Amino acid sequence: MKLFLVLTLSAIVATATSVVAGGHEGNPAVKARQAHMNLYQHNLNILGNMARGNVDYDAAAAQAAADNLVALTTLSQAGYWVPGTTNAELGDETRLLPAVFEADSKARQIGGELVEAVAALAAVAGTGSEAVGSALGPVGASCTACHRAYRVSNN
Amino acid sequence: MKRLLIIFAFGTIAALAAGLWITRPLSVDVAQVASLSGSAEDGEWVFHLGACASCHATPGGDKTVLAGGREFTTGFGTFVAPNISSSRDHGIGTWSQADFFNALRQGTSLNGTHYFPAFPYASYARMSDTDIANLWAYMATLPASDRPSEPHRLTFPFNLRATVGVWKALYLRTAFVGPGGDTERGRYLVEAIGHCGECHTPRTVLGGLQNNRWMAGAPDPSGKGKVPGITPAQLDWSEADIAYYLETGFTPDFDSAGGGMVAVIEGTSLLAPEDRAAIAAYVKALPPAQ
Repeated sequence: MKLFLVLTLSAIVATATSVVAGGHEGNPAVKARQAHMNLYQHNLNILGNMARGNVDYDAAAAQAAADNLVALTTLSQAGYWVPGTTNAELGDETRLLPAVFEADSKARQIGGELVEAVAALAAVAGTGSEAVGSALGPVGASCTACHRAYRVSNN
Repeated sequence: MKRLLIIFAFGTIAALAAGLWITRPLSVDVAQVASLSGSAEDGEWVFHLGACASCHATPGGDKTVLAGGREFTTGFGTFVAPNISSSRDHGIGTWSQADFFNALRQGTSLNGTHYFPAFPYASYARMSDTDIANLWAYMATLPASDRPSEPHRLTFPFNLRATVGVWKALYLRTAFVGPGGDTERGRYLVEAIGHCGECHTPRTVLGGLQNNRWMAGAPDPSGKGKVPGITPAQLDWSEADIAYYLETGFTPDFDSAGGGMVAVIEGTSLLAPEDRAAIAAYVKALPPAQ
């Protein structure tokens, strides 16, 4: 009888816990960062596949994607790159490493390089797939510069 | 009884001496390599693919100044990359070509001791005479730095270099692991110069590569994250995808490389396109491993 009670209570607790976990919304800063990155990736996909010849070059679509990237780099991101929301505090929820917020962090400088690289890409995006391919180089370099130092490695 | 003890003591000493002799640091045949004359120009790509600077350049410093100082924290302790610039006092400026061959092929230092395998000579041992000689010629053209090398900080018994002799007896194999034939060029670039298996293949507790799980992925040496497996069991990219990644750092869905792979791509982006294609062909031909 006692065992039955314990088992029933355990089942109730387990169910309640999983309901709470299922409804867990995640850290808003992490979600915003990931959304921002997804938008970079979506637009890079359009340009990169044209550069690689996987899809036909379309000047208007290329220009639109490049303009989106420019717009993304002009958004204020101060609200979601905040200390206390890194892999050290939140574990697997985010791959952001705490080094990004340390005094010697190069993130701001790399962000500046990304702004320039994306502007250069937008300036030539409508002129052909080869120009897009070349201009993607410096964009990729700023992506990797940050991911090298401030993102938990998995690739 | 006393006699038995004496016999036992002598036996132990003899066994230890034999063990040390069997696992002693070996040297290359000097006559065989002394006559080689490398081309610095042809050694540059070897330097880039080998990613020598990613370990030996001082963090934050010029990539062509191999002054050392980068630290690698491992389960055995902390390794500190030494100065291998052309400095005569603090680097390898006084070495002969044969000394360089000894380091890369045998893991044996100038003063005849074992190098720790944090220096991936188990991969470099597969390099051709020509490529080692060319690399040697290229490295001689790089600037000298007078930054002194620092000692490693390792835990007992791993701080005893003699233990490396045992490691070598177990794991220093020059035979190639992956598929050859049509992918022989890629196999050479990956398994010898690129030393890709050093990170992408899991290790035993003694730090040797598990060749039966070749390229199946492993924990990241930094202790955070992982190095992914790249056999067909883990990676479904096309050959063109892999070659493009090695050129640009972009994955097929336009995420970017990160972590230690960034330094690798800095090297592979400078390779001839046909060499990137050869690496990609080899990776696609790997047997699936878990």
